[in-house]
Amino acid sequence: MKELFPLKQVMGFVFSLILTAVALLVYFTDMSFSVGMTVLLLTAFIQAGLQLVVFMHAGETNDKKSIYTNIYYGLLIALITIFGTLLTLIWDM
Amino acid sequence: MDFFERFAVPHPSFLIYASMVGIGLTMIAIVIGITYFKKWGYLWSEWLTTVDHKRIGIMYLLSALLMLFRGGVDAIMMRSQLALPDNTLLDSQHYNEIFTTHGVVMILFMAMPFIMFFFNFIVPLQIGARDVAFPRLNAISFWLFFMGMGLFNLSFIIGGSPDAGWTSYFPLAGNEFSSSVGTNYYMIAIQIAGIGTLLTGINFMTTILKMRAPGMTLMKMPMFTWSAFIANVIIVFAFPVLTVALAMGTMDRLFGTNFFTTVNGGMDMLWANLFWVWGHPEVYILILPAFGLYSEIISTFAKRNLYGYKSMVASMVLISLLSFFVWAHHFFTMGQGALTNSIFSITTMAIAVPTGVKIFNWLFTLWKGKIEFTTPMLYSMLFIPLFTLGGVTGVMLAMSAADYQYHNTMFLVAHFHNVIIPGVVYAMLAGLTYYWPKLFGFMLNEKLGKWTAWVLSIGFVLAFIPMYITGLDGQARRMYTYSESTGFGLLNMVSFVGAAIMAVGFVLLVYNIYYSTRYASRDISNDPWDARSLEWATHTPVPEYNFAITPQVNTTQPFWDSKKNGHQLFKGKIEKIHMPNNSGLPFIMGCFFFVFGFAMVFSMWPLVIIGLIGILACLAYRSFEKDHGRYISVEEIEETETKLRGAKQ
Ligand code: HEM
Ligand SMILES: [Cu+2]
Repeated sequence: MKELFPLKQVMGFVFSLILTAVALLVYFTDMSFSVGMTVLLLTAFIQAGLQLVVFMHAGETNDKKSIYTNIYYGLLIALITIFGTLLTLIWDM
Repeated sequence: MDFFERFAVPHPSFLIYASMVGIGLTMIAIVIGITYFKKWGYLWSEWLTTVDHKRIGIMYLLSALLMLFRGGVDAIMMRSQLALPDNTLLDSQHYNEIFTTHGVVMILFMAMPFIMFFFNFIVPLQIGARDVAFPRLNAISFWLFFMGMGLFNLSFIIGGSPDAGWTSYFPLAGNEFSSSVGTNYYMIAIQIAGIGTLLTGINFMTTILKMRAPGMTLMKMPMFTWSAFIANVIIVFAFPVLTVALAMGTMDRLFGTNFFTTVNGGMDMLWANLFWVWGHPEVYILILPAFGLYSEIISTFAKRNLYGYKSMVASMVLISLLSFFVWAHHFFTMGQGALTNSIFSITTMAIAVPTGVKIFNWLFTLWKGKIEFTTPMLYSMLFIPLFTLGGVTGVMLAMSAADYQYHNTMFLVAHFHNVIIPGVVYAMLAGLTYYWPKLFGFMLNEKLGKWTAWVLSIGFVLAFIPMYITGLDGQARRMYTYSESTGFGLLNMVSFVGAAIMAVGFVLLVYNIYYSTRYASRDISNDPWDARSLEWATHTPVPEYNFAITPQVNTTQPFWDSKKNGHQLFKGKIEKIHMPNNSGLPFIMGCFFFVFGFAMVFSMWPLVIIGLIGILACLAYRSFEKDHGRYISVEEIEETETKLRGAKQ
């Protein structure tokens, strides 16, 4: 029975529902801007990681290394872009 | 009649009406021609539905040459207008439309498909593969690119061209200042082509990582394959930014959002920012494959192994990363503080270092080489000094304090043409001449080829070096005229003469193709240049399965070793080969994208929905389709092999 039940996937699904619900709280309750943003950013990144690992099977094949290298490289570029943009358009304006 | 009014050109001229008639007649002639010669079936089964990387490559090549012509005509018109002070050949609106079209066409619809041609045709052969990793996806990439290109090129006769520059900065590109549908074309046509490019990036990254011949480790890949790999990595990380920016721009224009507006919390400079987050990596996407081609050509004709293989690879990897660190150098004058500008100045100058390393590696390869001056080699030798000049002026522009002087002047225009023409365009022409025999089974005429290279170079120097001077004297870019008292007249006339000479160079190229097609000997070997890498180890014309037996690799130049050092490339015996089936789906899906895009441009919502449904239906069909490809039997392969071997000794 244990082998037949996709525990990891079901847990993942429940967890991603919870994350969605928490994110929705920002809309339905009265949070300050910074608290709301923090909640949104956190839930978004956890959600993305969850989807990649549990449902898109990153790390389950021999390509594990290329896949993670790719993701980390993408993350690095995204961070550079975001912080560079904040620097040019907001912090140093 | 109201319905058709929207398709009228808002700012017509005799030239536009003439082109309309010309395009209409050409279309009719093509349709009649194909029907008369009964070629529809051939066209459909051999080209429109093909998934063969070589044929897709050739279709990219044809598109690129066509666009080179279109962009070239635009260039000549601009230079004619500026040849004399206070000239009235073009008015300001036409001038704006022409420089916008020229920029977009040259970068996205000429240079990009040209490198795609090389990726497609060369990379699988160089790594000893039978096709790319996802042949069907490859066809989709091509058709998306093609439909985007077609859509963009329609703009000047249906609804009006975009006129906000190839950079399309907001708020100028917003509805308030660009009220015609022109900028819709820009946003949507580039979007469609860009998605195709992104798919190519994924496809070739996978191909190069997964499909190399046995023994070819990463550090034994030919240099062109390395450059293609790095360029595709940059594509995968840079193009999504363009996709998002274009989607936001489209929404601003069509659905009244406020991403880039100046009111309601919109931020107009965010467009410029995102555009260059993509735009700077894009110039490296173009130049790296060009570097790869020069590496192949220089080592072939210096008859030497490429000097500094490892440093070549390292510098490309470094460039790929650094190219994401420098984008703000395109808007030093936007108003951010000195700290930001200094950071981006330094990162920009840092990129010149790995670029310089590569220049030295080529020089060291030439050093003590037995140099053979063929046409591709001539282009490479012209490239080194001319490109270096462009690199040096790039470093001048990189100094943010000085850039306040150069920015938006002809100096900048001179810089980027100076890197793009000797860098990218020469590489494309050199590569085309070099690979022509593998493509078509005969060589291009060497004498005409060398004439072309020299004529282009003389034209280039005359056309662009004067712009450095007028730029420093204050001639602004994108201005449709200037007064006599500025004193820019003479140098602009020189530029015009240079541009005309370059046009002659282009005519020579076309004549060379015609001449060689008629008169060149068909009796050439599979390896006419005595080259070093695997693409030359197979027959000409290349059979659809590329290699009857997968080659064995043990060094960076397996084919050279097989010729000189007794390395055995093809071990074992012929086995049946698994190949993908042709499919009409990519073409049909491309057509739906075209309908969708065209309808979006004119906000014709019912048609948009039809286009979307068509696209989704194609995707759904593919999901349920069972297509396991087919096998080419051993007998069939043997037959092809004997036939091809018989043709050449
Ligand atoms: C040594 C390397 C290079 C450096 C340091 C450099 C630096 C720069 C800088 C600072 C600018 C902005 C100047 C301004 O707007 O005032 C610029 C513009 C430009 N560069 Fe380069 N560059 C280099 C190589 C290249 C290469 C290899 C290409 C293309 C293959 C290229 C294509 C362009 C283009 C297209 C623009 C202008 C785009 C526009 O505003 O329309 N550059 N470059
Ligand atoms: Cu740049």
